[in-house]
Amino acid sequence: MNPFASIGRGTIGMLSEIGRFSAFAGRAIAAVFSPPLFLGQFLRQCWQIGYLSLPVIGITAVFIGAALALNIYVGGARFNAEQFVPNIVVLGITRELGPVLAGLMLAGRVSAGIAAEIGTMRVTEQIDAMTTLSTDPFRYLIAPRVLAATLTLPVLVLVADIIGVMGGYLVAVNSLDFNGATYLRNTFDFVEAQDVILGLVKAGVFGFIIAAMGAYQGYHSSGGALGVGRATTNAVVGSIVLILAVNYLITAFFVE
Amino acid sequence: MAAKLELVGIKKMLRGRQVLDGVDIDVNERRSLVIIGGSGQGKSVTLKCPLGLMKPDAGQVLVDGADVTRMPPEIRQRVMRKFGMLFQGGALFDSLSVWENIAFRLINADKVSRADARERAIEAMRKVRLSPDFADVRPIELSGGMQKRAGLARAIIAKPDILFFDEPTTGLDPITADAINDLIVEMVKELGCAAVSITHDMASARKIADEIAMLHNGKIVWRGPTASLDTSGNSMVDQFVAGRAEGPIQAVV
Repeated sequence: MNPFASIGRGTIGMLSEIGRFSAFAGRAIAAVFSPPLFLGQFLRQCWQIGYLSLPVIGITAVFIGAALALNIYVGGARFNAEQFVPNIVVLGITRELGPVLAGLMLAGRVSAGIAAEIGTMRVTEQIDAMTTLSTDPFRYLIAPRVLAATLTLPVLVLVADIIGVMGGYLVAVNSLDFNGATYLRNTFDFVEAQDVILGLVKAGVFGFIIAAMGAYQGYHSSGGALGVGRATTNAVVGSIVLILAVNYLITAFFVE
Repeated sequence: MAAKLELVGIKKMLRGRQVLDGVDIDVNERRSLVIIGGSGQGKSVTLKCPLGLMKPDAGQVLVDGADVTRMPPEIRQRVMRKFGMLFQGGALFDSLSVWENIAFRLINADKVSRADARERAIEAMRKVRLSPDFADVRPIELSGGMQKRAGLARAIIAKPDILFFDEPTTGLDPITADAINDLIVEMVKELGCAAVSITHDMASARKIADEIAMLHNGKIVWRGPTASLDTSGNSMVDQFVAGRAEGPIQAVV
C-alpha cells in the first residue's frame, strides 16, 4: 500500500466532505429565508434546543467560573496579582469559555439529538414520506432547527456568562477572602461591550454549526441502527472540531 | 389518450451497479399494476424515480403525457400532488399523533385549518376502517396492520390520481394482509386512480392486480393480465410464482 496515495485519498475525502457540508448548509440557509416558515416547529425547537439546555449550560458555567477563579488566584499569587481574579474571570468567560463550552456541551446534547432524530427518520423512510406529502424536509425539519439553534445559543451564552461570573464570585468571596462588592465592581468596570459581543457572535455561529452538522449527518445517514449511530458520532465529532477551528478564526478576526 | 403514468427507458446506477436498465411501464386510470421481482432487483427504485426521491440517469417519467423529470421544481411540486404513497414500514411520523400524520399534507402543504384537517383525517380513518378512537395516539402504539391503515389513510386523504404501494402486506399475518388487500382494491376503485404496487407476496399480487409485470436484472421481463400469470410461458415468472430455488433465477442467499 502506497502511503502517499492513502494520504491523498484521505485529503480528497475530507475536502469533498467539507464541500458537501457547505452545500448542505447553504441549502439550509436558503430554506430559512424562503417561505413557508413552520412557526410551530420553530417554537418547539426553541424550547427543545434553548430552554431545555439551560440546566446543562448553567451547571457547566458555574463550575468553570469557580475553577477559573481558583486557578487565576493561584497563578496570580506568583507575581502578587491576586486582585485581578474578577477581571480575568469575566474576560475569560465572556470572550472564550462561555461560548466555547456552551458550544461543546450543545454539540453533545443538540447536534447528537438532531442527527439521531433526522437519521432515524431517514432510515425509516419518514423523510421520503414527507417529500411525497408535498412538504420540503429542508423547510419543515432542518430550517426550524438551524434557526432555533442560531438564535437561542447567544441567549444561552448570555446566561452562561452571568452564571460563570457568579461561580467565580462565590469562590472568590467564600474561599479567597475577596470583598463581594469590590469583586462585582471590578468585574463590571473591567468588562467591555465588545467582550460580550464577541462571545455572542461566536455563540450564534456555533449554534448554526451544531444544528447544521447534526442535520447534515442525519439527513445523509443510511444502513439502519448502525448508520444512525455513525451519524450521531460524526455529528458530535464534526461539530466539535468545526467549533474549535471557527472559534480561533473569529477570535483572530476580532483581535485584528 | 396518454397513460396516467408512464416510465420510458428509466436507467439508474447505484454504487456501481446498474439497478434499472431501461424500465418501461405504463398504467391508466382505474387500473392496478403490480410489479413483482426478487429482493434487490430495483423494485423500490422503480417507485422512487417517479416520486422524485431519486433522479434517473436516463429516461422519462410522463404524468398525463408531460415529462416531470424536465419540469422546473415549482411546477413539478404541483404535479407531485397527484401522487400518494403507502410506504413499506408505514413511515408514519412518530413525533405526531395519528390524525396529524394522516392530515400532514392538508396542514403543511395545503394550509387547511387544523379543525377541518382533523375532520377530514377522521373521515379518512373511517374509510380505511381504523377506529377514530386512535386519532390522538402516537403511531408507535398501533399494531402493524393499523399502522398500514393509517399510512393508507394518509396516502388517500388528498384524493391522489396515482397511488403507489411498497410491499403493502410485508410483515402482516395472512388475515390482516388480506384485509389490507381488500382495502387497496376498494380505494383504487373508489378514487378511480392509477395504482402501482411492488410486492413479492403472490397472494397479494393476484388480489390487487389487473396486470402484473416482472422486474429482473433491471428490466421488465414479462407483463400480462393477472389471469395469465400461470400460463405466462416465461420460465422466470414460473419459477417466481412457484417459489422454486432452482431455475433461471439464481437465489441470492
